[in-house]
Amino acid sequence: MMKHLLLAATAMTLTMGAAQAETLRWARSGDALTLDPHAQNEGPTLAMMQQMMEPLVLRNPAGELEGALATSWTVNPENPDIWTFTLREGVTFHDGAAFTAEDVVFSMERALSENSDMKGLISSVASVEANGDYEVIVTTKGPNPLLPASLPNILMIDKDWAEANSTVDVQDVEGGEETFASQNVNGTGPYMLVSREADVKTEMTRFDGYWGIDEFPMAYSDIVYTPIQNPSTRIAALLSGEVDFIQDVPVQDLQRVEDSDELKIMSSPQNRVIFFGMNVSDELVNGNPEGGNPLADVRVRQAMNMALNRDAIRQVVMRGQSIPAGVIMPPFVSGWTEELNTVPATDLDAARALMAEAGWTDGFSIQLDCPNDRYVNDEAICQATVGMMAQIGITVNLNAQPKAQHFPVVNGLESDFYMMGWGVPSYDSEYIFNFLYHTKGDLYGTWNGTRYSNPQIDEMTQAIAAEVDLEARDATIAQMWDIVKEDVVYLPVHHQMLNWAMRNEVGAAVDADDQVKVKYFTID
Amino acid sequence: MSDPQNPAETRPAPGRMARAWQSDLAYSFRHSPVAMISALVVAVLVLSAVFAPWIAPHNPFDPGSLNLMNGFTPPGAPNAFTGDTFLLGTDDQGRDVFSTILYGMRISLFVGFSAVLLAMVIGVVLGLLAGYLGGWVESVIMRTADIQLTFPAILVAMLIFGVAKGITPPEYRDQMAIYVLILAIGLSDWVQFARVVRGATLVEKNRDYVQAARLVGRRPFSIMIRHILPNALNAVLVIATISLALAIIAEATLSFLGVGAPPTKPSLGTLIRIGQGYMFSGEWWILLFPALTLLALALSINLLGDWLRDALNPRLR
Amino acid sequence: MLAYIIRRVAQSILVLLITGFVAFSMFSFVGDPIENMLGQERTQADVDRLRGQLGLDQPFVVQYGKFLQQAAQGNFGLSYRQGREVSAILAERLPATLELAFVSGLLALGGGIGFGILTAIRKRGFSSNAIMTLSLVGVSLPTFLIGILLIFLFSVELGWLPSFGRGEVVDLGWWTTGFLTVSGLKALVLPAITLGLYQMTLIMRLVRTEMLEVLRMDYIRFARARGLRERSINFRHALRNTLVPVITITGLQLGSIIAFAIITETVFQWPGVGLLFINAVQFVDIPVMAAYLMMISVMFVGINLIVDLLYFAIDPRLRVDGKSGGH
Repeated sequence: MMKHLLLAATAMTLTMGAAQAETLRWARSGDALTLDPHAQNEGPTLAMMQQMMEPLVLRNPAGELEGALATSWTVNPENPDIWTFTLREGVTFHDGAAFTAEDVVFSMERALSENSDMKGLISSVASVEANGDYEVIVTTKGPNPLLPASLPNILMIDKDWAEANSTVDVQDVEGGEETFASQNVNGTGPYMLVSREADVKTEMTRFDGYWGIDEFPMAYSDIVYTPIQNPSTRIAALLSGEVDFIQDVPVQDLQRVEDSDELKIMSSPQNRVIFFGMNVSDELVNGNPEGGNPLADVRVRQAMNMALNRDAIRQVVMRGQSIPAGVIMPPFVSGWTEELNTVPATDLDAARALMAEAGWTDGFSIQLDCPNDRYVNDEAICQATVGMMAQIGITVNLNAQPKAQHFPVVNGLESDFYMMGWGVPSYDSEYIFNFLYHTKGDLYGTWNGTRYSNPQIDEMTQAIAAEVDLEARDATIAQMWDIVKEDVVYLPVHHQMLNWAMRNEVGAAVDADDQVKVKYFTID
Repeated sequence: MSDPQNPAETRPAPGRMARAWQSDLAYSFRHSPVAMISALVVAVLVLSAVFAPWIAPHNPFDPGSLNLMNGFTPPGAPNAFTGDTFLLGTDDQGRDVFSTILYGMRISLFVGFSAVLLAMVIGVVLGLLAGYLGGWVESVIMRTADIQLTFPAILVAMLIFGVAKGITPPEYRDQMAIYVLILAIGLSDWVQFARVVRGATLVEKNRDYVQAARLVGRRPFSIMIRHILPNALNAVLVIATISLALAIIAEATLSFLGVGAPPTKPSLGTLIRIGQGYMFSGEWWILLFPALTLLALALSINLLGDWLRDALNPRLR
Repeated sequence: MLAYIIRRVAQSILVLLITGFVAFSMFSFVGDPIENMLGQERTQADVDRLRGQLGLDQPFVVQYGKFLQQAAQGNFGLSYRQGREVSAILAERLPATLELAFVSGLLALGGGIGFGILTAIRKRGFSSNAIMTLSLVGVSLPTFLIGILLIFLFSVELGWLPSFGRGEVVDLGWWTTGFLTVSGLKALVLPAITLGLYQMTLIMRLVRTEMLEVLRMDYIRFARARGLRERSINFRHALRNTLVPVITITGLQLGSIIAFAIITETVFQWPGVGLLFINAVQFVDIPVMAAYLMMISVMFVGINLIVDLLYFAIDPRLRVDGKSGGH
């Protein structure tokens, strides 16, 4: 069987290799939802747009901030609210128009407009002004030391082009009209849009006027992007040589790809941590067992933390493609330490002892809400957790459902025990405290489904957002992590590993945010 | 259509008819190796599903008894970490595939039988009513049937599943999923029964014996059940058999669309849906054994249905 | 006649309205579209604003009313997922599904009639038993598994046929076709087999049964007695009489072809309306779901209506329905 496959694959490379060597046939599970850079803050959408449009500052595959359309940026030493960005000169859009400061002002204001889905990323920005053609002044609402880190997903488009095609405003779905920008692109990026059939195929070609054409490898002259939803079909398309490069590789198929002489895998820890949240308030949604909400007792939460066998999940469910987590912060986020990430040893006896100490010798039963189409093997992880909790007497009923039903349950505070994953686009701890630990409210704690409310954490969260003294800030963050770790608000499971599978000759640069940037790709 | 010259043929005594019917059937059965083998396979599978708790070496539905480290053990070989051996290997959760198939088949068969029963009851009752009463009752019933017959059955099932899941309180969803499946498949499958029964009713209701029964003062209900229904029984039986196979497959198909039995209490269909993810990765046993079981089950039932149809249709002999 | 037609059309419209009503009552259970439409940095105010904009804060009856009002003007709104006009998306996707359905229907009809005749004429032969049994294997496994098995064999192991998509398509302006290119035709093979297998078995069995019945009829016996050749009896007399129910059933089976296309299209990443619908369900794209279900209903209620009217035209006594009786 294997031989057959190899023969077929070899034949295919011989016949197609030479002619299509420069086209990257790229597949992943979903398509971009739109081409409007400010309409959808969603991974696959941004990943495609990144080829055609650029931000001021981008994150390179190594995770470092790198100047894209801005060459440098400084904060005013007198007033930490004022930032100056110096723009790259000689940059042109795909239609030949020059890129200037007014395009930045236009794009930033567009990204801040009401219908924009990006405004949350740069909510600290008060105003953007041009100072000549190549300098932009950004004023923030208060000191924000992390402003540059919030910019990589804010892409720039041409003001005149947008005005000429009446696509100045971000589409509002209710308005009932399609917008030009959702299907056309005029960016400064390394690739230009050739054709697009939504959900079917998007073709791009190298932009010869790209400012960095000599600076980056840009080995591929063309890109053909195809969504392939069913995981088996996606891996089949790679194995049969119909595509060159796939994202979202099912973990069980990694070995098969590795074993193939034609294919390889590239991995990196992903900017996403998977964890369980628990209702720590006095009342369970589905009614308390006699004796109150067991999850409100920190000893019960500690016991659950000890019963969770992260190594087994890593080895079996994840096939080694995860890093057990002791903290709900992806590695390389500022504030991360080995020590914080120490995973509690799986110790069932100690866990049972803690349960007994808390008065739950006979255990209790609880429902676990879990998505089944969001994270890598999410349902299987939850299923394994059901078995592990049963070991310490906790009967868990698994309610696995699609993400569109799961997240409303979590955010509507209708779940007592739920799975969630979190990525940190700003690479900073503040982002985690802001959304996941702060008391839930309209502006802060919007994803905190645990009912955890600690005034001290709330106060510190709001304080670090504006703290300019980086040393003091780091100290506060370390202190905050100690508090929440002590309180076991969440049960961290693991950090996902990111795997891209490709033909041997594809020299990809894996990116922790799963954001493909083809300009860094080589052909080996 | 009615043949007044030969009343004995149109109105045989039910008792005798039933006996003749059965001995004919028995004769045909004895002379059809396919029917006998199929019946044997179905019997073995149904019995092993019913007695799963006594036959299966493990209880895969008890999460506390599972050891995740047993996951992906190949058939007959010891697990690298735990040293445990499993006849047909284990799946991604460390569940014994053999036991899981037996338990899963229980669910598949339960769903299948209940759904067909539901469809049959609804179909027969509505068919009788439509045929016997006529008028607007018939109009409403048959119009609904027309629509349902053309409206894709999986869509109907998805719709029902969606609504039922929505109105079930979350804490019961786990248990409810199976009953919802029954409801969804059953409600999407009653039309064939209704059509056949109504057809038979239309033919029979104008016959002399029915008219006579009506004159004697028998109530419509009793006429329908005692005189008309028996004439449609053969056809109902054949449809029921084939529907059973269809219902089991439909459950599997629905599980691919994410509206199936829960993963903690999987049916054969759920096992196949999970198993197909391991098609390319080398863990062939997770897919192969449940798929073979489903194939054996559905194929045997289909073959039985085939034979039954031919055997009960005198014109084909 | 006119009165009957008017009544039937009125009934059909009522059915459409009820289908739509049921569909809308279901949407709130599929999930909350807002979760998919806004990024993770959204605030509660954003959620409330969008919910209000989309009218999702209204009871579903009101949403349904609004949908009907707009649909009556040919406006199905914008897709939540793609931000494009639903009618344009459907028009773009429909050719893929129709071409696939057409080819698999052809396959089912051709294969079904061919094998049906064969198994009827050689009633007790080994080959006909083998065909009958094999055809049952095809319907004893779920469609999605058959599709994946075909991909495994013909795409991965043998490398003969593509595993996904439609290949090269030719755009005729109002229609995209895969019939005009080699890769387009190759891409059709596996999905069409997957989709057509079930219908082929069904038609084959129907043809066989009908043929067997017709072959026993007196006029066939007379024909035989008159010394007509077997071939002429089988094809000129027997087959012709079996075709009417076959065609009726094929028409009615169009529904299940379109429905099973949902699964086939998902497995083969076939860019038709079935895949669109599945994506819409996952994303809770209410305008697309509503328009798809309405389109399907209109299609089938329409087919039903036409079949009924045809029967009515041919034979008023058959007014109620075509085939009845289980014997």
